[in-house]
Amino acid sequence: MYNQNPFIFLFIRVFSKLDWVLMGALMVLMGLGAMTLYSASTENAGMIERQMIHFIAAFLVMLLFAQLPSGFLQHTAIWVYGAGLLVLVLVLVIGTTGKGAQRWLDLGVIRFQPSEIMKLAVPLMVARYFSDRVLPPRFIDIFIASFLVVIPVLLIAKQPDLGTSLLVASAGFFVIFFAGISWKWIFSIIVSAMIAAPLLFFYGMHDYQRQRVLTLFDPASDRLGSGYHILQSMIAIGSGGRDGKGWLDGDQSRLNFLPERHTDFIFAVFGEEFGFTGNLLLLALYLFIIYRAMYLASKAKDTFSRLLGGSLALTFFIYLFVNTGMVSGILPVVGVPLPLVSYGGTSMVTLMAAFGLLMGLRDKGRQYD
Amino acid sequence: MAIGRSIKDQRAEKEVFRSRIVISGIIIALALVGISSRLLFLQIVNHDYYLQLSKENYQRRIPTPPVRGQIFDRNGVLLAGNHIEYVLEVIKDEAPDLNPQLDKLGLMLDIEPHIIDKIRKKIRITNRYQPVAIKKDLTDIEIAIFSANRPRFPGFKIALKIERYYPLGSVAGHLIGYVGRIDKKDLKNIDKEEYKGTSHIGKSGIEKTYESLLHGKSGYQLHEVDSGGKHIKLLEEKVPTAGQDLFLTLDINLQTKAEDLLRDYNGAAVAIDPNNGEVLAMASMPVFDPNLFVNGISHKAYSELRDNPSRPLYSRAYQGVYPPGSTIKPMVAIAGLNAGIVDEKSSVYGGGYFQIPGNRHRYRCWKKSGHGFVRMNRAIYQSCDVYFYDLSYRMGIDRFNTELSKFGFSEPTGLDVPHEKSGLLPSRGWKEARHNTQWYPGDSVNIGIGQGYWNVTPVQLAHAVGIVAMRGRRAKPHLLRGVRSNRDNPIDLLPIHLLPDLVLNDDSYWEEPIRGMVNVVHGEGGTARRSAQGAEYRYAGKTGTAQVFGIAQNKTYNAKNLKKELHDHSLFVAFAPLKDPKIAVSIIAENAGGGSKVAAPLAREFMDAYLVEPLPPSEEETQDKKKKR
Repeated sequence: MYNQNPFIFLFIRVFSKLDWVLMGALMVLMGLGAMTLYSASTENAGMIERQMIHFIAAFLVMLLFAQLPSGFLQHTAIWVYGAGLLVLVLVLVIGTTGKGAQRWLDLGVIRFQPSEIMKLAVPLMVARYFSDRVLPPRFIDIFIASFLVVIPVLLIAKQPDLGTSLLVASAGFFVIFFAGISWKWIFSIIVSAMIAAPLLFFYGMHDYQRQRVLTLFDPASDRLGSGYHILQSMIAIGSGGRDGKGWLDGDQSRLNFLPERHTDFIFAVFGEEFGFTGNLLLLALYLFIIYRAMYLASKAKDTFSRLLGGSLALTFFIYLFVNTGMVSGILPVVGVPLPLVSYGGTSMVTLMAAFGLLMGLRDKGRQYD
Repeated sequence: MAIGRSIKDQRAEKEVFRSRIVISGIIIALALVGISSRLLFLQIVNHDYYLQLSKENYQRRIPTPPVRGQIFDRNGVLLAGNHIEYVLEVIKDEAPDLNPQLDKLGLMLDIEPHIIDKIRKKIRITNRYQPVAIKKDLTDIEIAIFSANRPRFPGFKIALKIERYYPLGSVAGHLIGYVGRIDKKDLKNIDKEEYKGTSHIGKSGIEKTYESLLHGKSGYQLHEVDSGGKHIKLLEEKVPTAGQDLFLTLDINLQTKAEDLLRDYNGAAVAIDPNNGEVLAMASMPVFDPNLFVNGISHKAYSELRDNPSRPLYSRAYQGVYPPGSTIKPMVAIAGLNAGIVDEKSSVYGGGYFQIPGNRHRYRCWKKSGHGFVRMNRAIYQSCDVYFYDLSYRMGIDRFNTELSKFGFSEPTGLDVPHEKSGLLPSRGWKEARHNTQWYPGDSVNIGIGQGYWNVTPVQLAHAVGIVAMRGRRAKPHLLRGVRSNRDNPIDLLPIHLLPDLVLNDDSYWEEPIRGMVNVVHGEGGTARRSAQGAEYRYAGKTGTAQVFGIAQNKTYNAKNLKKELHDHSLFVAFAPLKDPKIAVSIIAENAGGGSKVAAPLAREFMDAYLVEPLPPSEEETQDKKKKR
């Protein structure tokens, strides 16, 4: 029956790669996101249309990535990674500046952020590195893997884009974590990170980044400056109360008190309009997606797929944690969007590509041959 | 080999991965519990706080001031009203073509280009959502011109401004008082919320005393605004309640008459209805125009008023203190009767001067030749000083103070205007505290004729005369007769505030002194008989001449040799009609000389104006007026 029409056959084959449980959850999340965005953009239909185009593009990319077999990924990882590094260097030299940071590469037709590629390329590369090593990894392997992570992270941090470099670093180190790095090492890294943090604060940060950290501890100290974002965001969430002010009725967002409300701070809009109840349901939905992604990763048949899948699942969590933590005022303001809800095409495409990879890894444990 | 190891490792690696996934799952769950507790803290625990902050963000409470109550005289003549002014305003944010439109408006409404430039500057420095005035006090024609072209001027509109004004100008200026801009001192005494939309407040006179009635109750509009402060919509509105209209006891015709009578003098004239304490007129000249103060008086105009030697800013009627002179002789006589010092029949030899036994100092009578033997009646109507020297000397200061206090001389009358003076009825204790010396018997002599330490305000005098007229019935002098909360409502008259009656040991004690007062004006030898000629009613009065300048023992008072400001004050008190009194008056003309010469005829005209129906103007007068026009 399938053979009668090759298009139907192809169609069924392509879609059969998808995990419909995860797909369903993602659809619900994106639906909620579109609703919130409609409110955050003060009922701007044009913005919703553009976001819908992002959805469709991201969905197509996901479909494509779901088809890529593990072996192909392992073969191409090194090339993608290498190309990504090259472009990052290019950006530093000739990239255009947006919002005070060099992040964009203008290719004439589209401008894109090369650092986004690294969110996938780094875990791919590190997973590829460990895929034919003896695990648990030896010291030399950990050292080389860390090197593979740190180079692009530093290049991205240099742009400067703290949010993306944080996500890229997470993605890379999660692979090392799943590869079986011993707890002894994990704790020593955490301890040295705690020692390095103040050093980074005083010598490694730009003034605006330092200011963000400072205002985190006392938002009221800078009501009109960088503390304004955090304060207005906390007012939005807090004033939402248990049940929220209702869809389209968030005063903080509707009357323009909440800055960046359709991008990084959209969680505050959601919290204001749907309240604590809505927030818990949203977090539960995210938790479900993360757990499902982790489940898919654990079902993968080869080491490379497992490591990549686990890393992508945890990186998605980092998105969520950093964004909600920053919007609710317990983490410094770094530019991390609320995954699949914030307005923006680039991060949406990257995230859905990651989910595509996750779905494709599920049961394609065989070597590419 | 590689395959063997790899298979073995695959299983172990899978185990490691599994355990790490589980641990990650737990950490993730814990982290999300952490985020949730943060949200719990923001949205449940501190919800009220953040809701409040959110409201402060987007809600603007714009106060709407109440319309101030108006002030009328007893017959409904407007004394203080609200002038409605139309102002052309523009809100920059709503006016897309501001600059060319300003030029067009300048041509249409005849505004000079340099003023337009000034307005432009003002618009530049004002918040874009705030209105800026372009032309004030628009005429009907200007309003019509603009209204016809209104659609061509978005963002421009005509606003209504209300301003206090006093249609009669300076008439009763001290009493009505004025409003002025609220200043720091006022802020201490008012409910700031209530006055948020109000720019002016009562500063003096009735405007100040009855501020709480006149002000009304402020309302507000709760607007929703966005982060730029732009108005989005009206959330809530409370309409203000207008202030109450006040109806004064003043008869503005009588007031005007009193001010005319005193036009050539510095002085005061007070008329009280002794039945109920209603102040019918209370003039103090010179006076000022309260309209000057409403929008902030210019520095020059203020210093002119302040530095004027005649001191127009203070009211002589209740803030001026004067020696009462002989006007209080009837009261002193009543006090003497009540204290049992004298009776109607007792007589004293008035030989031109009085001496305390054993003392050579001569207390002289105004009449050098003396009055011979005088009894109470003649001592009053001929104003024999010696009789009263003797009386008060024998009464002594303590009884004198007790008895005269009953006429209200030791305290302010309680008139409902700010800063009424209390005058001074001296006492032993006062002198010891003030001058640190004891009370000498000689001090008692002088106060018997209203000189020495004794000082009164004209309103105290009129009040005291009223008590005599009513044979002891005491009504508190006041200016507020009634209030009206709404134009359609009737006037609520205030209850009469009666003080306890002044009861003498014998009611008859009132009569002989009053007979003396009648003789002052109607008797053959009365000091003021000339001023009562042709009166259509019978009345009682008493002249007074208050010394400003102490004359040495062996000199005589000669006005020609003295500077004007050292001339005697001319005083007169009276009540009328004799039977069933309707008016008690006191008049003082500063430095005008003897009481009989100036104050007494003024008092007669003053009372005529109230008691006598004006005659219809004669043929000649009407024609005169027509010619003048």
